[in-house]
Amino acid sequence: MSHKIENVSRRQFLKVSGIGASSFVLASSLGSYTPVWAQPTSQDDVELNLFVSIHADNKVDIICHRSEMGQGIRTSIPQVVAEELCANWELVSVVQGLANKEYGSQNTDGSRSIRRFYTTLRQMGASARAMLEQAAADLWKVDVNTVYAEDSYVHHKDSNRKVSFGYIAEAAGKLSPPDPETLTYKSKKEFKLIGKPITGIDSTEIVSGQAEFGQDIRLENMLYASIERSKVLGAKVKSYDAEAAKSVKGVVATFKMPEQPMPVMFHPMNGVAVIADNTWSALQGRKSLNIDWELGDNVKHNTTEYVAELKNRIVTKGKPIRVEGDVYSDLENSIDTHSAIYSVPYLSQAPMETSAATAVVKDGKCEIWACTQSPQVTQQNVAQALGIEQDKVKINVTFLGGAFGRKAKPDFSIEAALLAKELNRPVKVVWSREDDIQQGFYHSVSVQHLAAAMDDKQQVTSWLQRTAFPSILWTFTGTVDEPQMNELSLGFGDLPFEVNNLACETHKATGHIRIGWMRSVCNIQHSFAQGSFVDELASKAGISTHKMWHQLLGKDRLVNPKTDDFDYQNYGEPQDVFPVDIKRIKRALDLVVEKSGADQPTKENEGWGICVHRSFVSYCAVATKVKVVDNKVTVLEIHSTIDAGTVVNPDRVRAQQEGSMIFGLSIALLGEISVKDGAVEQSNYHDYQVLRMHQCPKIETYIIESDAPPGGVGEPGTPPVAPSLANAIFHASGKRIRDLPVKNHMSV
Amino acid sequence: MINFSVNGKPQQVDVEPSMPLLWVLRDTLGLTGSKFGCGMAQCGACTVHIDGQPVRSCVMPISAVAGKQITTIEGLSVSGDHPVQKAWIEHNVPQCGYCQSGQIMSAVALLSQNASPSDEDIDNYMQGNICRCGTYPRIKAAIKSVAKGVDLAKNVGDDA
Repeated sequence: MSHKIENVSRRQFLKVSGIGASSFVLASSLGSYTPVWAQPTSQDDVELNLFVSIHADNKVDIICHRSEMGQGIRTSIPQVVAEELCANWELVSVVQGLANKEYGSQNTDGSRSIRRFYTTLRQMGASARAMLEQAAADLWKVDVNTVYAEDSYVHHKDSNRKVSFGYIAEAAGKLSPPDPETLTYKSKKEFKLIGKPITGIDSTEIVSGQAEFGQDIRLENMLYASIERSKVLGAKVKSYDAEAAKSVKGVVATFKMPEQPMPVMFHPMNGVAVIADNTWSALQGRKSLNIDWELGDNVKHNTTEYVAELKNRIVTKGKPIRVEGDVYSDLENSIDTHSAIYSVPYLSQAPMETSAATAVVKDGKCEIWACTQSPQVTQQNVAQALGIEQDKVKINVTFLGGAFGRKAKPDFSIEAALLAKELNRPVKVVWSREDDIQQGFYHSVSVQHLAAAMDDKQQVTSWLQRTAFPSILWTFTGTVDEPQMNELSLGFGDLPFEVNNLACETHKATGHIRIGWMRSVCNIQHSFAQGSFVDELASKAGISTHKMWHQLLGKDRLVNPKTDDFDYQNYGEPQDVFPVDIKRIKRALDLVVEKSGADQPTKENEGWGICVHRSFVSYCAVATKVKVVDNKVTVLEIHSTIDAGTVVNPDRVRAQQEGSMIFGLSIALLGEISVKDGAVEQSNYHDYQVLRMHQCPKIETYIIESDAPPGGVGEPGTPPVAPSLANAIFHASGKRIRDLPVKNHMSV
Repeated sequence: MINFSVNGKPQQVDVEPSMPLLWVLRDTLGLTGSKFGCGMAQCGACTVHIDGQPVRSCVMPISAVAGKQITTIEGLSVSGDHPVQKAWIEHNVPQCGYCQSGQIMSAVALLSQNASPSDEDIDNYMQGNICRCGTYPRIKAAIKSVAKGVDLAKNVGDDA
């Protein structure tokens, strides 16, 4: 018997309880928008709401509407829903959601999947459970208060009767969804899934090579494309040798990509595509294209000169965004002052899987399979590029082989769509590693200047900090030439220090290559400068860095960094729910010092460095121990604490912390993208190096128990790594690293 | 025509002799478990076994593979029940998972040569396999946990 029913209650459900209760759902669009639904695993299911379907055989499908890129979201979303649904975990399958406005934002970035959806997901589980309980009560003709759900069955308290979710699902699907006010939720001590270290739901597929990534899509009659893009941003193709490329065996066609206007935004870069019947031939064909480029103005960009220019500018008075007291007169009158300039280069996300997308364009419609962090953005941009309506574009999200911000951009899907349309066949666009390193959306190059004054009791009386870096918004405007509020909210203007005189200032910096998001974004440079400078001040004052942090953080309190000139964004969260809490910063720091023993003496040539940083409304502290012998740095151990509020899957949080330590060490020790004559100089993992197994230290992670609402997890671990490492190097060797990466100063 | 065997099955392909094995596996034969990461033997995501030895298939011309026995991740076990795969699941190693086929193929080769590798042995052997997510500590723990004396070879190709 088929349990597939026409479920008219879904929409009603959404209106009543919906996701709509929160700010991010477009309740107004529900009336007219025709959603494309994710395909359930079989046809015998009943959809109880947007996230939950129950099969007749008692299996449960739970939608994951966010992209899986290693953070474990395909495990943790079902964990939350299944918890309140009271489903048996063994019966749960995860179904990847298509691009669909009804889910709310699907942009998998900003460490916010659990933070933003925790309450909604619980509601979805609880609501479906209430419908199943009501259906069982109706079946038995008993009061709903006498039944309860457990392990995918509804039980009757007063008898031994029980009924499976699968059996009762069809009846439940015919009920009106309950008023959200009437829903009941489990208490923390009743949790069986939330807070448990459940193994990754896709582990078996991954370890057996069966998980399908963007690169792995294969469609009948599909062609493979590789694109030779401009090395200099904005460069245009003057001419190329199509015949030479076509003479390569396997090459089917060449195609000059439509010339794109500036600003670059999410447009594909200019270039020539080589389309072949296999990837290798497409890559080989590119070598014969012999493109003659009109390079344009960005050819003048050289990072050596650019950083030198920013360093000259940064020591002058900038544009104030947050001022307390009078830093300038205090610095002038103080006998004990200290200042330093720090820089962090451009960085590339370099995920293991390069960008890839496959497209079919047929009958005025388009279907895409892509390793995208942003299916909805992809849908909009592909529709625009093809000149069709958004609802004619279907976006399938594959597994992402890492992303770290790179795959938030839809450019590669647009490329696939344009080529599929041109060739009238399915086309997969494959980025080479060289393409990934040389034509990316880079973490911004930056320079910071810090200055402080201390009184005769080693109390810091003034803190001045300045920052300059090309803004991500430049990529989208071509004109914005200074850091923006959302970027200054990432560890700069939200400095949580209690000092009498404080000034945070910015300087101008224009863009020349595409600037984009990379894991923890501007927190990288801001935490590096602040965390290093605290350590420098501690050394100058002759006290421990731990003590200096306590002095600067001041008394336990909630800090509101918002001023008339500084519209603090707090990661899009309200400050009453997610305040800047000094007590939590101190607790993260104190615990890492205690657990690591970073306050204990070390052997000769060894040293500890510490740092703490709040980002993505979570708190993370890091202690790093290094050995420096003959100017060679060996990282011996790295410890971190994270207070991310309520934790859904502690093992995945632990894994993210481990990964963040390694990602942070890659940045600090090795990471550098340099530009010469407008073109990126690095090209692959041999010259854009990332940490390898033999460079990986012992890693310890401590998760701080908290009942606070869930904070971010994927990114907060990264920022404090580089400063803790630079500080450790100083304490081991006396050498202060102010310009990353370390490899430019010492062997690593 | 070039003849060789993949996971115990004979294969015959008509491609450019210079085409790397990786693209023959992925595009011609449809075995997408071996991954493309760099194309220059820098990252190890494409690691397969040729006659039992680990090889970066992205730089191995198909002409050099004639007559050889190739094992890919799919040949290890498609159901994930090879002892090394089981250890990977037990330690919840994968994050994004993209590099793990190559990591596992390298680890199987290491354990075939050295049933109880030290930390240093593992560091030396595995440093050719990059994991950008940072699963190195778990990879190391998983390798060390694989029971000594397990006959790793016996499962190879069982599912082919």
